[in-house]
Amino acid sequence: MPKVSMTVNGKAVSADVEPRTLLVEYIREHLRLTGTHVGCDTTQCGACTVHVNGKAMKSCTMLAVSAEGADVVTIEGLAKDGKLHPMQASFKENHGLQCGFCTPGMVMAGIDIRRRHPKADEQTVRHELEGNLCRCTGYHNIVKAIMAADM
Amino acid sequence: MYPFEYHKAGSVDDAVSKLSGADDGKFLAGGMTLLPTMKQRLAAPSDLVDLAGIDGLKGITVDGGSVTIGAMTTHWEVHSSVDVQKAIPALAELAGLIGDPMVRHRGTIGGSLANSDPSADYPAAVMGLGATIKTNKREIAADDYFRGLFETALEDGELITAVSFPIPKRAAYQKFPQPASRYAMVGVMVAETASGARVGVTGAGPCAFRVPEMEKALDAKFAPDSVADIKVSADGLNADIHASAEYRAHLVAVMAKRAVAAAA
Repeated sequence: MPKVSMTVNGKAVSADVEPRTLLVEYIREHLRLTGTHVGCDTTQCGACTVHVNGKAMKSCTMLAVSAEGADVVTIEGLAKDGKLHPMQASFKENHGLQCGFCTPGMVMAGIDIRRRHPKADEQTVRHELEGNLCRCTGYHNIVKAIMAADM
Repeated sequence: MYPFEYHKAGSVDDAVSKLSGADDGKFLAGGMTLLPTMKQRLAAPSDLVDLAGIDGLKGITVDGGSVTIGAMTTHWEVHSSVDVQKAIPALAELAGLIGDPMVRHRGTIGGSLANSDPSADYPAAVMGLGATIKTNKREIAADDYFRGLFETALEDGELITAVSFPIPKRAAYQKFPQPASRYAMVGVMVAETASGARVGVTGAGPCAFRVPEMEKALDAKFAPDSVADIKVSADGLNADIHASAEYRAHLVAVMAKRAVAAAA
């Protein structure tokens, strides 16, 4: 089995994995970081969104071996010293979730959106959220939270 | 997903030699179609040869009246490139309409064209702008590249290295997205080029195609009304639960008209 090494949430990790191991499987099952969710497993819902080398990607549609040497950030890597990331704080403040299943992906995508569009308006955020599905259809407060985050 | 052997390629030659050593291998670009297909067990390659580590396949250069994009350049890189936005704004805009932001961060132009999904966006750009597909073996003109449903002129072991787009006088892309998947139900790229007007259509047929009647009309007068009344035959067009062949044929004229209006 190939050995894969990467940085996840600032920590160097490595393991022997089957080539077919998806990045999300590596994150959840090998590293036991279960904050990253698998929703649809077909690249549509975005619940598995993580940052790879600073860009949001769907970890259910990427091989762990393809992340060799990459800097990966998951939802667990956002809060620092017990303090929520501004995007997490904004989701809390704006009640940007209902059941919470899509939330890790929404937060990771939200950060990515605001990095690319620092002053994103509502239309931009809604367009950019095309790859993240909320089955509670609570988009209104999710959009509000992403726009309001004090990045 | 069935098991497979994984190889990283360091160069184009290395990739081709690793693939030729495999029973039933495939090149892995961004994986935005290949990996979901493997997860559904619709594809089960014995080996994947990952192209991500080949630096020579990445990047965008503008010179001598054309924009050349490395095969492993992502949709996001094309969309956000100031050079592409300046030279062929319609191409930058098209790249920003593919999938969603996460898909655009990973999906590549070479992967999209090698796959030749009938509803993918890039084929309309390649046809509409008259691009040249560069491979490890030769250069293939847009008109010779698309052969049928998921079928291209690429031979076994042939690898797209770059795509070269001549800079048009003006061009625009209009897409009617399938509301759930955002794939093009119909997408039309129109361009006024040095050698006349071109109309490239994706989503409507088994693969991208041109509409010569519209091109002739646009050569006479590059205006929306020139194409508005040109009927496209529904014969051989795609039909599914989302749209009939007749509806897609109708959409070709509507999208073409909107594209000409956007380019004018």
